Amino acid sequence: MNPMRTLATTRRVLVQIRNDPRTIALLLIVPSLLIGLVAWIFDETDTFATIGPAMLALFPFIVMFLVTSIATLRERRSGTLERLLSMPLGRGDFILGYTLAFGLLAVVQTAVAVGYATLVCGLEIEGSVGLLFVVAIADALLGTALGLLASAFARTEFQVVQFMPVFVFPQILLGGIFLPRDQLPDVLETIGDWLPLSHAIDALNAVSTGNEDDAYIWLRVLFIACWIVGAIIVGSLTLRRRTP
Amino acid sequence: MTNTAVEVRGLRIRRGRSAVIDGLDLEVPRGAIVGLLGPSGSGKTTLMRAIVGVQIVSGGTVQVLGRPAGSAPLRHRVGYMTQQASIYDDLSVRANLRYFARVQGAPQSDVDRVLERTDLMGQADQLARTLSGGQANRVSLAAAMLGNPELLVLDEPTVGLDPVLRADLWGLFRSLADEGTTLLVSSHVMDEATRCDRLLLMREGAIIADTTPRDLLSSTGAASAEEAFLDIIEKDTAGEGPAGHGRRSRTHLLSQNANGKGRPSHDRRGHGTKEGGRR
Repeated sequence: MNPMRTLATTRRVLVQIRNDPRTIALLLIVPSLLIGLVAWIFDETDTFATIGPAMLALFPFIVMFLVTSIATLRERRSGTLERLLSMPLGRGDFILGYTLAFGLLAVVQTAVAVGYATLVCGLEIEGSVGLLFVVAIADALLGTALGLLASAFARTEFQVVQFMPVFVFPQILLGGIFLPRDQLPDVLETIGDWLPLSHAIDALNAVSTGNEDDAYIWLRVLFIACWIVGAIIVGSLTLRRRTP
Repeated sequence: MTNTAVEVRGLRIRRGRSAVIDGLDLEVPRGAIVGLLGPSGSGKTTLMRAIVGVQIVSGGTVQVLGRPAGSAPLRHRVGYMTQQASIYDDLSVRANLRYFARVQGAPQSDVDRVLERTDLMGQADQLARTLSGGQANRVSLAAAMLGNPELLVLDEPTVGLDPVLRADLWGLFRSLADEGTTLLVSSHVMDEATRCDRLLLMREGAIIADTTPRDLLSSTGAASAEEAFLDIIEKDTAGEGPAGHGRRSRTHLLSQNANGKGRPSHDRRGHGTKEGGRR
């Protein structure tokens, strides 16, 4: 691995996205629109205060999962990945390059979504806004890492989009948004406790209510980080220089 | 330094259960243009991928510039142009080449050099998706030339180009060879044979002739390379070809492409004497 090649890859990915203004608009505006819609739905109740933070965890995760899995699949199918792997590019350079680029995008996306949720929708953040960003970025990186992994199992764009429900929906269902996890049947509660998105949701709830100390939140970020590292290791194993 | 750029011994490549290449030997001399000619589906791309080191190989050795194919030091010394233009559609021509130059470890000044040599200066700031197929192919070629690799492996670089552009590209290949670069160029257009220093004729995963353009014509007495190639195939299938494979089937040169898939059918078993289920 080599920092120059990693950063060159990051830059290249960001320039590709810059050349696609519609994608940038979708990335930045859609999460805010949906958060606004949820706030509107629960206008007469105080439910938004409890599920609003979870929404902030979902969007960077889902969006980055989709963007990464499709971008990587495109590299595999267009032959550019084969070209890169016949050149002196480390597999780590490729993955880290993508992770950095999408991590950076996630920061911007989260800033817009948090700004909209707090200033326009009236979501109250009692805890540290800095920590909220840390959790959201960890979430986006998790989406990137799992997206990279998913693209290895997909042969076509159709398949990769179908992987979204497989990787994402169970995490949303068992993460405690629909029903708090301690009210789930035991088996589902245990599964939920091991899924990374659950911890992201816990951490964001803790930030917004300010009920827990920083150590509680950092522990959850650490848990997500372990998932990210695991997914990246498995994902990089699927990037073979030699293919059939 | 030996005079061989590529040395392949007993190469075997399987796809699924069938052997795509079964026991292939081959030498490519340094500083020459070597044409790898054969119909589509004959295994040219698979062989080239093995030489670049991106193909899973099930047996035999491939030595490139004195090292095993695909080993890390070779990644700076071998340039590979795939059949499809492997470039980023949503980047400009220059941005594509800048990125590949950084990955290759070539200086940024190299970008202008390859743009000029491939005659792409006028398109440098155009998005790659707006290019014609031929232009996109030249960007792909330019990317392979970054960092002045000693060996260029070019998979059908002239496909779909008009005759003028094709002549220009062969002029470029000749000047690269004069500067000491070794070029392995595949093509299914037999007329291009005459522009090479050496010729490898490939069919059904085997090299059926290793010759020079002059010898190809004089040994067969044919008037054109296309005729000469047909002649060699006829001898080869009759079991008395130069490569002496003793193949008995009377498969026509293009018959394996008749199903439109451009790949050898799956029931074939290398170049044995039996040909199951082929028509």
